[in-house]
Amino acid sequence: MTFFRYVIVLVAVYISFIMPASSLAGYDYIDINSPSLRKIPIAVPLLGTDTGNETGMQLSRKASDMLSGMLDFTGYFKMLDRDSFIEDPAKTKSDISNIHFPNWTAVGAELLVAGNLQVKGGVLEIELRLFDTIKAGQLIGKKYSAGVNDLRDVIKRFSAEIIYYLTGNRGVFDSQIAFVSSGTGNKEIYMCEFDGSDISQFTRNKAITIFPAWSSDGHWIAFTSYIKGKPDLYIVNTRDRSMSVVAKKGINITPAWVPGKFELAATFSYSGDQDIYLLTGTGKEIKKLTNERGSDVSPTWSPDGKKMAFVSSRSGTPQIYVQDINNGHVERITFYGRYNTQPSWSPKGDKIAYSGMIGGRHNIYTIGLDGKDPVQLTGNAGDNESPSWSPDGSLIVFSSTREGPSRIFVMTAFGTDQRRLLAISGEQTSPKWSPGLNN
Amino acid sequence: MKNNIWVVLAILLVIPGLLFTASCGKKSLKADIETMKDKTKEAPVPPPRAPAPAPAPAPVFQKTPEPVKISEEEIRAREKAAAMQVLMNEDVYFDYDSAALAPAAQETLKKKAVFLNKYSNVSVTIEGHCDERGTNEYNLALGERRAESAKKFLVDLGLAASRFTTISFGEEKPIGTDSNEEAWSKNRRAHFVVK
Repeated sequence: MTFFRYVIVLVAVYISFIMPASSLAGYDYIDINSPSLRKIPIAVPLLGTDTGNETGMQLSRKASDMLSGMLDFTGYFKMLDRDSFIEDPAKTKSDISNIHFPNWTAVGAELLVAGNLQVKGGVLEIELRLFDTIKAGQLIGKKYSAGVNDLRDVIKRFSAEIIYYLTGNRGVFDSQIAFVSSGTGNKEIYMCEFDGSDISQFTRNKAITIFPAWSSDGHWIAFTSYIKGKPDLYIVNTRDRSMSVVAKKGINITPAWVPGKFELAATFSYSGDQDIYLLTGTGKEIKKLTNERGSDVSPTWSPDGKKMAFVSSRSGTPQIYVQDINNGHVERITFYGRYNTQPSWSPKGDKIAYSGMIGGRHNIYTIGLDGKDPVQLTGNAGDNESPSWSPDGSLIVFSSTREGPSRIFVMTAFGTDQRRLLAISGEQTSPKWSPGLNN
Repeated sequence: MKNNIWVVLAILLVIPGLLFTASCGKKSLKADIETMKDKTKEAPVPPPRAPAPAPAPAPVFQKTPEPVKISEEEIRAREKAAAMQVLMNEDVYFDYDSAALAPAAQETLKKKAVFLNKYSNVSVTIEGHCDERGTNEYNLALGERRAESAKKFLVDLGLAASRFTTISFGEEKPIGTDSNEEAWSKNRRAHFVVK
């Protein structure tokens, strides 16, 4: 249901701001019955700049390419080829009076991003506008003034404005992805930007380090590491690196933060059985959440923090269950296949993504909370594991062996536009998408 | 009830085992060294550490050199080293997505129990491992159940629980990385390390 509401909001925004009422019937903008949204053709020509200014020309190309890349990343747009453009706004100002909209509708554009970029004394002045070429009107206009090195931040901000205007959500541009890579010879946790750029190594434990988990404010990362020779739980502040360790007897694994709280769930086995416990953000036990015999691992929280999905072997095979935290009521939701693990609750709350093994291959599925009709999102492309939702719920990051070694991939929530996010030495696994980090 | 059965079983298994090792110490030593040699061919496992060569000839004034006694010690040390190698070399194997001990796994553990009974001061770490087919999280849990299941079997045979530590590595430390049943079956294991 939430999904439908979302699409309707999307359409409503468009109707009220963009679509001329007269062309409503003919403008089949989004088919809400289709799981894949129609991609909107958008033109992103080079930004106008003072001719002859070498730095400005270079930055203009860089800015336009960056903007195209970010918009393309969302999966909402069909990026039009710059070579096909009739008009070159780089030679004019982005002033609406100078844009001849029929030149843009003629090349198929329904949206146009045009703007100017000036460099004055090391300061970047950027003006960016989003136009509806059919309505021949401006939708958004912003001016930014920033350091030359802050270009990417400016472009991220304007991309977020565009996505907010079109969807009512600020998108993924202020998020990061944590993942595990084995490049140093040990699995360690790494971070990168939402689009796979700006990769950095986060842990240097020189020991198996796995299962990264972001707190919902993005200030903390919990993970499991064998620093002391066994799988213990570490809770690390991403800013000042302050740390808590939970090193109970047995395994201390699969942390998952409660949304909006400084609390997390994790699996311990010190009692003799592998159960999920609720902990404070400093690792103190609040209460035991599961009690059945067998393995209970991989908790993931509903967005309201009232329910937890997890993997349990209580039926004999690993399957996904949902538990109400207040009354303890538990329901199994996966029945298709004999190996369903790695649940990830969607930010909209309506679906759970997970990896299921059929015919010896792992693939990513989504399933509603009623447990009916799982939808397979990957297939015929190696093993696909560890799904994690983008904070706006529009994309899913996962690991795949489709190219041989395990790499990080991203796709839309409907399984379309599957592409590799990055490839560095070693193998990359267990991606976890952060919340929005500018909140 | 269950415990009683295990006690009886333990008596039945362990006491003959002890008698066997006590009476035929040398015979089993020979067999064990052979087994070990076979293993050495398969994988480059270092041969057991023999004790240092016999000390230099005793000073002349000492009337009774004790070559016989040294040799007995050596035999015992060799025997123990061989036993430790067998304990560590031979893994306990499991079925896919299972921590249950199949008959072959039980036999392997019984052999280990015989050694552990003989060398009561030896403590071991039991590592639980999995093949690559499952997912890391669940496999880390499964590996622990495998290690615990091996430990429980040995404790039920009468060995002190305090001698065993378990640790799961899930699918993080495979022996081979081939993706076929042969490689997988070797990775689904409980591995013993003498502390």
